[in-house]
Amino acid sequence: METNGKSLASLKRGQKGIIASVDATDPQVLRLMTLGLVEGTEVELAGSALGGDPMEFRLFGCGISLRQEQARSFTVSSLESGD
Amino acid sequence: MTKTSETRIPLSDISVSRRPSASIAVVGSPNSGKSTLFNRLTGLRQRIGNYPGVTVEKHIGTLKSDNKTIELVDLPGTHGLSAHSFEEQIAIDVIFGRMEGSQPPDGILAVVDATNLYQGLYLVQQLLDLERPIVVALTMSDAAETSGVVIDIDALAERLSGITICQVVATTGQGINELRNALVDLTDLPAPQPTTAWPQLTNAAQELADAATVPLSIAEIERLIVDGATGANQNVLDCLGPNAVERVERYREELFGFDPPLAREARVRYQWVRDVLQEVQQKAPPFYSWRTRLGAFLNRPIPGTIGLFLVMAIVFQAVFAWATPIMDLIDSGTAVLGSAVAAQFGDGAFASLISDGVIAGVGSVIIFLPQILILFVFIILLEDSGYLARAAYLMDRAMRSVGLSGQSIIPMISSFACAVPGIMATRVIPNRRDRIATILAAPFMTCSARLPVYALLIAAFVPAQDVGFLNLQGLVLFGLYIFGIIGGILTALLIRKTALRGPKPPFALMLPEFRRPNLQTVLIQLYGRAKIFLYRAGTVIFAVAVVVWALAYYPRATDIDPMLTENQAAAAQLEQSWLGRAGKFVEPAFEPLGWDWRVSSAVIAGFPAREVVVAVLGTVYAVGDQADEASLTERLRAATWPDGRPVFTLPMVLGLLVFYACCLQCAATLAVIRRETNTWRWPVFAWVYMTTIGYVGALLVFQLL
Repeated sequence: METNGKSLASLKRGQKGIIASVDATDPQVLRLMTLGLVEGTEVELAGSALGGDPMEFRLFGCGISLRQEQARSFTVSSLESGD
Repeated sequence: MTKTSETRIPLSDISVSRRPSASIAVVGSPNSGKSTLFNRLTGLRQRIGNYPGVTVEKHIGTLKSDNKTIELVDLPGTHGLSAHSFEEQIAIDVIFGRMEGSQPPDGILAVVDATNLYQGLYLVQQLLDLERPIVVALTMSDAAETSGVVIDIDALAERLSGITICQVVATTGQGINELRNALVDLTDLPAPQPTTAWPQLTNAAQELADAATVPLSIAEIERLIVDGATGANQNVLDCLGPNAVERVERYREELFGFDPPLAREARVRYQWVRDVLQEVQQKAPPFYSWRTRLGAFLNRPIPGTIGLFLVMAIVFQAVFAWATPIMDLIDSGTAVLGSAVAAQFGDGAFASLISDGVIAGVGSVIIFLPQILILFVFIILLEDSGYLARAAYLMDRAMRSVGLSGQSIIPMISSFACAVPGIMATRVIPNRRDRIATILAAPFMTCSARLPVYALLIAAFVPAQDVGFLNLQGLVLFGLYIFGIIGGILTALLIRKTALRGPKPPFALMLPEFRRPNLQTVLIQLYGRAKIFLYRAGTVIFAVAVVVWALAYYPRATDIDPMLTENQAAAAQLEQSWLGRAGKFVEPAFEPLGWDWRVSSAVIAGFPAREVVVAVLGTVYAVGDQADEASLTERLRAATWPDGRPVFTLPMVLGLLVFYACCLQCAATLAVIRRETNTWRWPVFAWVYMTTIGYVGALLVFQLL
């Protein structure tokens, strides 16, 4: 991605970020947007399955899992530097 | 009889048959606690019906007050009014009254998880535009409270056009009475104003509604504007009067520009939700309950994966270890009952019908009720606690390599109990190709009806010796489960590489917090399952047992050599009975598998429902045996070919097990595949494919071992 924020897929476990932009060309990303992954929303990486994919995020206290491939369509501005 | 006698019927009896005065749809996202709340509200006053045209289960419950009967309709979970799966489509069609032969609901009960107001309010926003009376039930308010979420209910109600909001805890019953009262009065209330979340869209819809030829709700027109004139929205477009297409297109351009409409809608609506939350909900301090700790621990890749395998191992262990004492009890019970009947009625045809036909046949199936109930308890608990969703997430990567997604795991795990609900659970899979591949894989999973067959044959013929710290019998059984899983996965892979080639299936899944399963919900579901199983044992299996008994008992032989022993005479009688003749006729086809005519006829009788085979074996071997107290296991062990070789050798039994692991002997599964795929092509394919594999598999095992 050419945007200056970093990809949602690059968050580390326990790290939080605010979604800065969404590339909505992928229909699967549209679905994620209707589930609340839109600009301005704070998300935290809660964990991942074996091999780091799919990933589990928390948004407003609820868990949502998606694949790295889709996570790359989101950029986040980081809140905490993480480890 | 005169008229006066009729007027004496108590009034309370009349109200039972009275038609409901209003119907309310229960709408909420999956895992919002909707079903638990529905069960709490209606208890056992619920029934399962069908929508005409489509075979979709309709869960209806009733609420009674002094002068009203309210019908509550529980809908499948949906996140919003745009469908992304078949299941969501059903919910939306009911809400808009598009289901054939059913009216739109008079009111809406919106179920919102208090710990997930963020997504819940997205749905409520859309529901408010239906212009129908609506009440919100905030479930799990106790969990929200302990996690430090404080919600200002009055402020929230004000932002939601002043509708009633009831805080409830469905597990304890807190707030249920208030909600019940609100529901009874709901349909007398005026419809709320649409929200101010997206005034431009609401105004556009209002302008179109004003010019429409029939009354339409704002929500319906909003869906047309956002989702476009696809499917059912076409009908809405047709009602909008002249130049509708152009006018709608103009609004779409104004509202969305170059953005995908759904993306725009999500941005605007969630912006509003965030504003509302900031106003009504205090920011939650971080909290660590056992649920979060457990969730956090299982989020790590390795503990999560180990945990999944551990859970599955415990389930299978429990099914076999815990059920044994009860099963032994039923087993000796049927044997005692059988010989008591024989002693009571003597030697006649009637005594034989009761002890050899009914008691031996039905009893040999009933014995598996404890195992099946234990299996169902675990499946229900896994689902209710939110663990199944986590299994889907953990398995996504593995499933992707065979062309499916993690979402296919839930139907497959359900299929360990029964393929019918498993196949129905595929409705949450968004893509049709993935859905059909999962449907075809599901019948390979070892269902509870295969269990009786496996358990009987393994207990009788696999030696009970220890292999390391494991038991050989348990190991064989575990192997059969694995065999079924591999069969299902290979089938899915094959289908996805040939007939249903297509892009990788998507995966996006909500992962609910772990929650303590609700006892009432578990019991209601378990009761339903036990009822279905016993109903089958009482009808289908009973009938088959009687028919098989008659076929084995008649015609009576007249020329049996009086020099034969009692046992030999019985065997000779069986051999010349109708069943014996039919079995002999098909024997050549199954002889290469090592099956004698008795096994062959039992297998054929088992095609409508596979557990019948146990009943048939029970009957066939009871008729041919005079020692009524001998268990079926002992009788099978004693079975021989005419030349004295035992029929049930280890290769033959293993082949038979492989046959059962593959073969699709279940009319109910075929019917549900037909219903869910809407064509006969897939059930016919599945049947031929699975039967062929079963036959060839059994042949190879028998010939090569």
